[in-house]
Amino acid sequence: MTTTDGSVVSLSHVDKTFGTPAAATTALADISLEIRRGEFVSLIGPSGCGKSTLLRLIGDLTEPTAGTIRVNGKPALQARLDRDYGMVFQAPVLFDWRTVEENVRLPLELFGQDKGTQASRTAEMLELVDLTDFARYRPYELSGGMQQRVAIARALAFSPLLLLMDEPFGALDEMTRERMNSEVLSIWQRTGITVVFVTHSIPEAVFLSTRVVVMSARPGRITRLVDVDLPQPRGLATRESVRYFELITEVREALRAGEGPVPEGGLSSPERTAAEGGIG
Amino acid sequence: MPVAPAVPTRRPGSRILFFGLFVVGILVAWELLKFIGGDPWRYFGVTWRPPIELWFASDINLPHVWAIVARIFQPLTSGSAESLGSYLFFQSLYTWREAFIGFVVGGVLGVAIATAFVHFSLVERAFLPYVVASQTIPIVALAPMIVFFVGHNITAVVIIATYLSFFPVTIAMLRGLRSPDPRALELMRSYAATRRAILFKVRFPASVPYLFTAMKITATASVVGAIVGEGPGGIQAGLGRAILFFSQSYSIAPEKLWAAIWFTAVLGVAFYGVIRAIEVRILRGRPEAAGV
Repeated sequence: MTTTDGSVVSLSHVDKTFGTPAAATTALADISLEIRRGEFVSLIGPSGCGKSTLLRLIGDLTEPTAGTIRVNGKPALQARLDRDYGMVFQAPVLFDWRTVEENVRLPLELFGQDKGTQASRTAEMLELVDLTDFARYRPYELSGGMQQRVAIARALAFSPLLLLMDEPFGALDEMTRERMNSEVLSIWQRTGITVVFVTHSIPEAVFLSTRVVVMSARPGRITRLVDVDLPQPRGLATRESVRYFELITEVREALRAGEGPVPEGGLSSPERTAAEGGIG
Repeated sequence: MPVAPAVPTRRPGSRILFFGLFVVGILVAWELLKFIGGDPWRYFGVTWRPPIELWFASDINLPHVWAIVARIFQPLTSGSAESLGSYLFFQSLYTWREAFIGFVVGGVLGVAIATAFVHFSLVERAFLPYVVASQTIPIVALAPMIVFFVGHNITAVVIIATYLSFFPVTIAMLRGLRSPDPRALELMRSYAATRRAILFKVRFPASVPYLFTAMKITATASVVGAIVGEGPGGIQAGLGRAILFFSQSYSIAPEKLWAAIWFTAVLGVAFYGVIRAIEVRILRGRPEAAGV
């Protein structure tokens, strides 16, 4: 169920501070954001801008200090209790005592689905991430990219309306990462799921998203929303298109503007630009 | 791109072979000591006088390996129909039964205490010091008191075996139940999983390797507890009783006490081996399975 205005995620004047009132650190300040059904939204920003915290707030894994968060038209807590979203972390977080298929099945077991549904749904999900042949392997026998695909299959197993991904490919090498990006895009297109994706890679954010949310640090704020109008379906041609590079530049400049005044000579060298691509 | 199983597999046979060689090595060293420093050897009409004298290698302190083996096959006492070996075998079973009950009760108690501690930090802060303190009381001080409370019966022995078993399990399970990655718990939170589900789907499975580490300790500790408990417990059977009997007649028949000690060692090792074998089976396919 979505609200009448079609928002899957709705954040209104959200603040998040850590620590005691006397010595508080503001992680997020006055965040307002609407994410519509079927969108693929990336949160990008420098380390410490609170993008992961924002994702965790949407998932009710932590609570806001002020403001309201609604997911599927409900308070975030209720949405979590209703199991409205699937979560993928930077680490796959798979259980070694379970086989690949048993890991994918875990949420279905917890939700008390009958065995038949569990089995068919698990098989379907392994098919989706192309790991059918590895159903009976143990997680530690798989490569990092394959492990992360298992985590994605697990997050999608119970058909949530929303997928939250916290730098899911940050630990993967560049080649695997690009392949995983294409896979996630294809899953997004086939399932019509809404995705909120945290990353610090500018190319990744632009390639995947329909919208990029650019954030700045200390305190974490949204500085810019960049609509990504690259045509679907996206592929190798997208990565080589002029518009793709224009959008990357646009996001990069938005990030740079968010950093505020920079010391003389700090940004001019090519190394600096390269480093920025990594840090986001 | 299938990946080969990451677990280095060593055949259990080689482990047992190594252990067998170790035992043979000890027995050879044993006889070597007697050869260079024991009492004269008189076999087949030939006498060998060891060049030096080692007090601990005399026939009374360290009987010949074959003398002990031979004694095992001789009658328990002159005229009795039962051999010493058969007697010790059944006393071992008797003691093992006491130890096993203590091992199980102690294990269940340890798991229960650790589970309670992990879920209620107030309980942990209140009681953990007492759990630790309980282990500083020597068993010889505690045994008479337990006997005083429950009487001269097998219950007293089981309680002593339990007392020696629950602590390693408690401490290991506290570690094990807390071993899951915080993100694993966060994942479960995202599923709105109950504490019960987290316990059974994450905490218990994660702590199985820890539990087996503790059980390998308590397998031998519970045997020690049962043997030590049989004396003050007034039990008229078991290895502990046999050891007490045979130590009284040590100056006449040292082989009997040595045989009892051998049976004790074999019992402890066998119990350990059984737990290890179960561990290998249960942890098969997990990365921890490679450990000792």
